[in-house]
Amino acid sequence: MIAPRIRRGMPQRYRYEAGKCKKCGKVFFPPRLICSACQSREFETIRLNRLGKVLTYTIIRVPPSQFKDEAPYAMGVVELEGGGRITAQIVDCDFDDVNIGMPVKIEFRRIQAEGESGVIGYGYKCVPA
Amino acid sequence: MAERKKVGITGYGAYVPQHRIRVEEIARVWGTDAESYKKGLGLREKSVPAPDEDTITMSVEAARYALMRCSVDPRLIGAVYVGSESHPYAVKPTGTTLAEAIGATPDIHCADFEFACKAGSEAMFVALSVVRAGEMEYALAVGADTSQGAPGDALEYSAAAGAAAFIMGGEDLLAVCEATYSFMTDTPDFWRREYQFYPSHAGRFTGEPAYFKHILGAAEGILKKTGMKPTDFAWAVFHQPNGKFPQKVGKMLGFTQEQIEPGWLSPTLGNTYSGSSPMGLSATLDVAKPGDRILMISYGSGAGSDSFVWTVTDRIDEVRNAAPATRAMLEDHPRYVDYGTYAKFRGKIKKAE
Amino acid sequence: MRDVAVIGVGMQKWGELWEKSLRDIFVESALLAIEDAGVDKIDSMIIGCMSSGLFVGQEHIGSLLADYLGAAPVPATRVETACASGGAAFRMGFIEVASGLSDIVLVGGVEKMTDVGGDEATYALGTAADQEYEGFNGITFPGLYAMMARRHMHEHGTTREQLAMVAVKNHENGSKNPLAQFPMKITVEQVLNSVMVADPLRILDCSPITDGAAAAILCSLETARKIKSNRLIRVAGSGQATDTIAFHDRDDLTALKSTAVAANMAYRMAGKKPSDIDLAEVHDCFTIAEICITEALGFAERGRGGKFVESGDTRIGGKIPVNASGGLKSKGHPVGATGIAQIIEVVHQLREEAGERQVKGARVGLTQNMGGSGGSAVVHILEAL
Repeated sequence: MIAPRIRRGMPQRYRYEAGKCKKCGKVFFPPRLICSACQSREFETIRLNRLGKVLTYTIIRVPPSQFKDEAPYAMGVVELEGGGRITAQIVDCDFDDVNIGMPVKIEFRRIQAEGESGVIGYGYKCVPA
Repeated sequence: MAERKKVGITGYGAYVPQHRIRVEEIARVWGTDAESYKKGLGLREKSVPAPDEDTITMSVEAARYALMRCSVDPRLIGAVYVGSESHPYAVKPTGTTLAEAIGATPDIHCADFEFACKAGSEAMFVALSVVRAGEMEYALAVGADTSQGAPGDALEYSAAAGAAAFIMGGEDLLAVCEATYSFMTDTPDFWRREYQFYPSHAGRFTGEPAYFKHILGAAEGILKKTGMKPTDFAWAVFHQPNGKFPQKVGKMLGFTQEQIEPGWLSPTLGNTYSGSSPMGLSATLDVAKPGDRILMISYGSGAGSDSFVWTVTDRIDEVRNAAPATRAMLEDHPRYVDYGTYAKFRGKIKKAE
Repeated sequence: MRDVAVIGVGMQKWGELWEKSLRDIFVESALLAIEDAGVDKIDSMIIGCMSSGLFVGQEHIGSLLADYLGAAPVPATRVETACASGGAAFRMGFIEVASGLSDIVLVGGVEKMTDVGGDEATYALGTAADQEYEGFNGITFPGLYAMMARRHMHEHGTTREQLAMVAVKNHENGSKNPLAQFPMKITVEQVLNSVMVADPLRILDCSPITDGAAAAILCSLETARKIKSNRLIRVAGSGQATDTIAFHDRDDLTALKSTAVAANMAYRMAGKKPSDIDLAEVHDCFTIAEICITEALGFAERGRGGKFVESGDTRIGGKIPVNASGGLKSKGHPVGATGIAQIIEVVHQLREEAGERQVKGARVGLTQNMGGSGGSAVVHILEAL
């Protein structure tokens, strides 16, 4: 039953809410209770910028069961402008266009579902910016 | 009688999926004559949603663009209304996901609408009404669909995907709603029964007694109500089940091709159902000048039409470029798919459990 | 803290063991270790296993395995640090003996992976990543290491061929290991032409899905001397460390920080430095991992792990033979058992029992076992007395 987890993840998956340490400025996505850099417990909630750059990437050709129908698909580590990193699929482009340094933008997409009758998990994917 | 509150559009945005399929590709699979379909329907290709795109995702993206074209705090949006015939859930609203994604929850009223291809304009009508009634400062209305045509059916050549979103308000308007008029009858021209995957339609009955009768009825009604004539409008948008019908109905009403041109997206977009006339409006706003008047008439099977008269304000020039233009999304980097990929994307292939 | 010795090891051939259950493969190896040690009792058991729950639907395997080994009522505990579970079990056993709480401890590792299909196995292994922020979005382990490889190639000029050389070397070594799952030799061309799994990693860059178990007996050096007069192996150093669970949260995407920290702990405890190491068994779950590990362990300079393998220094007969056993790549990778099997190889080498793959004159050996994309690492240094 993933419904409670889906619900809990919405601030991050839908709105990209992150925690920014009030003391050292480090951005945490998802937000944390304690800063791993300076041990501060004071954070402000910020939203990650939707624009970023690919730091590294791969093409998943052997997917986990829930992503069977989508393979092959590109995935990358994306650094967002203003801080914060995500691991996300990179869609709506040719695999040859994906490269390190590629500018991308976060879009709202369907990520996975519990079969044909279960809850649909929405979240973020990246598209060429 | 007290003067009616001025309401209209504060922000607008559209969303077009990147994938396309050409009429030739569908015709190749079903052994039909592509040329006669292209000529008969007046369209060459249509948009195809990727497996990770649905009415909810497109609504969210269109709404985000609408927010980019205004400075409205999402928390001031008092209602989210989404019109679609392809809500991802049969039971569970599209609107709550959209509201959550744009940060408008929990002080909000949500409702999903369904009225074949008219659900989007319905959402717009209700959003305008609740703002006019003073219930809230802003209301978000979306028309979006990832409509399905049965494999090999004539509808398969046109059933497409797209969305348009409008933030209705009383201030900072980029287009004022001057008048609305609706025209409905019980006309069974197209339907989808509960639990059916594909819709059914009544063939040629969907034309003259359905589409044309209701659009003409709504047009005549609103022109009479406002005392306007086609030449009073810079632009006109009619529901676009294909490329041909909006052209024909425009001509019947005395509109020129130039007037319908900016919003006439169907030749390369296809029929985005609830998104159709709303997307036509967003594309028209992309080119409209301050002072331009726009006539918009939707059509939904079953059947009815909502008509709107919009007058564009000076603000359009300030916000137009704050988000991508509808035609740019339609024309930039289309990704063509073959029928097999399309069938996979659209869930048309029977798979093992 | 008392000195601790490894006095017995046991392992059987790994592979797709269709006819054997998790409990059977574990007990077989445990009995071999007990026999090899020559002990008549054990005080405690620690078992490393990553995911018996997802692979065979069985949790609580401490009790299960103690029971089937005929060892109940001894205390038996399962430890889990993803693919480093075996190494962590060894460290827990070491701590238990060193502290004086127990005198003779059986440490083991086991994973029965072939009862589920390939995509379910991919999913189960994927749970070692950050499920909510990596796994949810569709990443796999080959995918995470592929991104590490892509970045290493970009930053340090590591070549696709150098990655392949890791697999070629390990299969060459594995061909001399009778217990290896895939003891065949391969060529660089074969690696480069094998099926793509997660670009740029191909199937021959990846360790396989394996059923297997491994066990070792730890006891105080004092007790060991009473049981055996020669071939004693002392646990000279032990280190364990963590890093961010999500790969994307690492400031440096090609540095295995947990391995570097764990190695420093172990080096310090053992009073050794990288150049003192005669051979190393490391966690080559993917070819790129071995390249990054040799850097983190201080064998190769930062960024030069690719050139290091190309130089031949990591072959048997080279400066520091790495994965003389065949590594995870050729020997197999039943995740929970891997860390213990690494210890077993070093023990065989230090006892000079490694046959054709013997590293001549080996006195000091190192093991490095890693979980997730480097979220956990365990390093041990063993020394022949």
